[in-house]
Amino acid sequence: MSGLEQWNWYLDGWIIVAGILCAVSSALLGNFLVLRKMSMLGDAITHAILPGLAAAFFISDSRSSIPMFAGAVLAGILTALFTEWIRSFGKVDEGAAMGVVFTSLFALGLVMIVQAADHVDLDPGCVLYGAIELTPLDTILISGWEIPRVVVVLSIVLLINLLFVIFFLKELKLSSFDPALATTTGFNATLIHYALMTLVAVTAVASFETVGNILVVAMFVVPPAAAYMLTDRLVRMIVLSVILAIIAAVLGHISAITVPRWFGYQSTSTAGMMAVAAGLLFVVAALFAPRHGIVVIFVRRQILAWKILAEDIIALMYRIEERDAQQKPDAAYLREILFSSPLPTNLTLRYLTRHDQITDSDGMYELTKTGRDRARQLVRSHRLWEHYLVEHAGMSAENIHKQAEQLEHFTDRQLREKLNEDTIDTDQDPHGRPIPPENKTN
Amino acid sequence: MRPFFLVFLFASFVPQTLVIAAGGSREAQAQQSITDRSISIPEWSDWKRVLFLQDYNTRIVVLGTTLLGMSAGMIGSFALLRKRALMGDALSHATLPGIAIAFIVATSLGLDGKTLPILLVGAALSGLLGIATILLVRNLTRLKEDAALGIVLSVFFGAGIALLGIVQQMKTGHAAGLESFIYGKTASMVASDAWLIGSAGMICVLISVLLFKELTLLCFDEGFAVSRGFPVVFLDMILMGLVVIVTIIGLQAVGLILMISLLVIPPAAARFWTEKMVNMTIVAIVLGALSGMIGSAMSAVFPNLPSGAMIVLVATAMFLFSMIFGIPRGILIRKLRRYELNTKINRQHLLRGIYEYLETRGLLNEKQTLESLPVPVETLNQMRSWSLPALKKIVKRAERERLVETIHEDQLQLTEAGLKEAIRLVHEHRLWELYLITYADVAPSKVDQDADAIEHVLEPEVISELESLLIQQSTMGVIQSPHAIEIDQKQTNPQNPRSQGLT
Repeated sequence: MSGLEQWNWYLDGWIIVAGILCAVSSALLGNFLVLRKMSMLGDAITHAILPGLAAAFFISDSRSSIPMFAGAVLAGILTALFTEWIRSFGKVDEGAAMGVVFTSLFALGLVMIVQAADHVDLDPGCVLYGAIELTPLDTILISGWEIPRVVVVLSIVLLINLLFVIFFLKELKLSSFDPALATTTGFNATLIHYALMTLVAVTAVASFETVGNILVVAMFVVPPAAAYMLTDRLVRMIVLSVILAIIAAVLGHISAITVPRWFGYQSTSTAGMMAVAAGLLFVVAALFAPRHGIVVIFVRRQILAWKILAEDIIALMYRIEERDAQQKPDAAYLREILFSSPLPTNLTLRYLTRHDQITDSDGMYELTKTGRDRARQLVRSHRLWEHYLVEHAGMSAENIHKQAEQLEHFTDRQLREKLNEDTIDTDQDPHGRPIPPENKTN
Repeated sequence: MRPFFLVFLFASFVPQTLVIAAGGSREAQAQQSITDRSISIPEWSDWKRVLFLQDYNTRIVVLGTTLLGMSAGMIGSFALLRKRALMGDALSHATLPGIAIAFIVATSLGLDGKTLPILLVGAALSGLLGIATILLVRNLTRLKEDAALGIVLSVFFGAGIALLGIVQQMKTGHAAGLESFIYGKTASMVASDAWLIGSAGMICVLISVLLFKELTLLCFDEGFAVSRGFPVVFLDMILMGLVVIVTIIGLQAVGLILMISLLVIPPAAARFWTEKMVNMTIVAIVLGALSGMIGSAMSAVFPNLPSGAMIVLVATAMFLFSMIFGIPRGILIRKLRRYELNTKINRQHLLRGIYEYLETRGLLNEKQTLESLPVPVETLNQMRSWSLPALKKIVKRAERERLVETIHEDQLQLTEAGLKEAIRLVHEHRLWELYLITYADVAPSKVDQDADAIEHVLEPEVISELESLLIQQSTMGVIQSPHAIEIDQKQTNPQNPRSQGLT
């Protein structure tokens, strides 16, 4: 009961093609919306094309594509303009300005559509969440091939978007990251802004039949946002967003057919599932991205914390040894001084034992030779830093310990040598304790 | 702003008059834009039925939407100032999967899936989940708030659409009612809905009145609120919770797409009328109530207008009116104020120009009478980069104020009052120059421009402060200019025959 046995390469193939075309052309532009922190303007524009569609219908009295296309694109551009005007002339917060403009236009569009409802089936529901399933039914003949009209339109839009991004990559990049510099270097950031807005409107209009005008927002925002989590380079981000968009489209359609079957229902909306698939991809990217993923960052922090704890433990043991060579601390004693919680301490102690830095004799711990060498280097770093801070940073001897405690973990041998050179030749730190040598010969 | 405020209060007490007024204009508009095919003008009996709330149904709907508008206006004010205007948008979209899931769960448990409280609980839960996701994405990843909003909005809505697709196929009762949450079905509101809106709205209003000070502080200065020990995170959550409640009770009335407009538009409009938080909230409440009332009444009068959209359009009309005519922050009043300031600055430049012209020529001693001191217009034109028509306008206005007189075709002279004013201005200008040189270490050659920018807005107290700082011998009327005045150099330039001839 996977549902895929009803797979029809003609129908499902065209649906997937339409989904991919729509997702990719949106994602291309979406990169710049996300980078410019204008994701919600995409949302606003896609809502606001409704009155454009309705007005074009009223004027041209037909549902033919071209007037409606023009009307909707015009409405989309007007949204960007109105938002900008209200923001600058009315001194309204940008979010609020956007909220005012697009809800008003959407309401206007609704009123107009309801007026027209007696005359035509301009279904607001279709505008909102599209009818990608009907894609293969409406075809036109191009050089002997029967190709769905939507696919043709979306291909053209994709081509335009692709050319725009390729040819104006430098301008888009500069005006996204530094509009002021863009203006000073002599090309018009405002012009680029409105060109982008125009293409967003065009893409939204072309897509509204496929995925509907709210879910096109998902295609604008989600794949680029996921790509943004994955990389720091613009070109890579664009390529990744395109790949993610394709995956989302394919996955969306397949899951729209299969997932409801698991619960005993027929297939559901492909457009909706495309958005969900994109959302899942984003969640994965946000959690596990190699550099910026939430989980990755968390794990990295944990590892660092444990490493520091391990170093603190052996440094402490070295100091204890230094004071009283016979004393062998147990876990409770170490925890009392380090203020660490039981679980990490015990785990770290076990780790240190396994790595042969300390030995465990019935809960009493002792440094091994390797552990002692490592600890000596840490204590040496610590005391050299204290020395340096008093001598060169002019800090008083009371509050240098904390600083040195942090710095000791990030000090390698070369830096220690440098510190040793820069401070007065002495073998005592400011508190009067000996600075251990780099290598003990015995 | 007081009179305007009274107008609003008055209007809120007699909504009927306003309904007629707004309805009339709206009808005209509608007829223009939608040509012939739409609205049949309702009979007087229809008007009467709606305006005097004779219909039980109309009464419920108007009451419900009015209450909704009030509570949305109140909560929206805080959300707007906290720059969370679009949060309501994302939130309302995020409720859709909750509604669908609540319906599925309730139906499979054998309950009536379309019971409003069940659906609203589902909506609230998924709305809260949406907000939590937004906050998580914003705080834990490198993405900014806008992307977080966009992601949550579209993905949740997509999930909702997909779930609705499944709900459609359920045998246990079709889900035709659920889609009304997207567009709203005000007309089908029943008394219990109005009660729900009313009570939930009252709770919201009550909470925000009780926490008014805290929420205001949160909106304006979060850092200060933290430092004073207010539980900022908790307050933020309360505010978001209030937004959730208002959004959800509004779903029924205007639908989830238009609900955001009630949260955003009335407060944004109210912002133009006042600088004070309390007043803004009150105006927003009134505007919200009016839009709910007028919008639903119009939708009841005209058969073919969806009420949710009409409420939004009424709110938009009010917003546009406020944006243009609002006092003290509307566009018109600000333009007017700037115009007045520019006029004042130009007049002051004219007078100072004349004075400096006379001064450099040594014509300002006691022996000269005012009448013997004509100033050629062209020279003034050279001192400031005015165009000739602009200068003529400035001169004309100064003449009307009896500060200068035109003697011949292009010769000006100061009047008594004009001279006094000019002396004062030059005095202030030079005081500031002296201050900049003495205390701010600005080079004497540059100081003229700097002083130019600020001399027009110096308060009398500042002037006296400067005087006591800078002048030991306060007997002199006007202090000497600390730098060479440019006109001097121009005059001595032999290449300029016109100015030669004039002296």
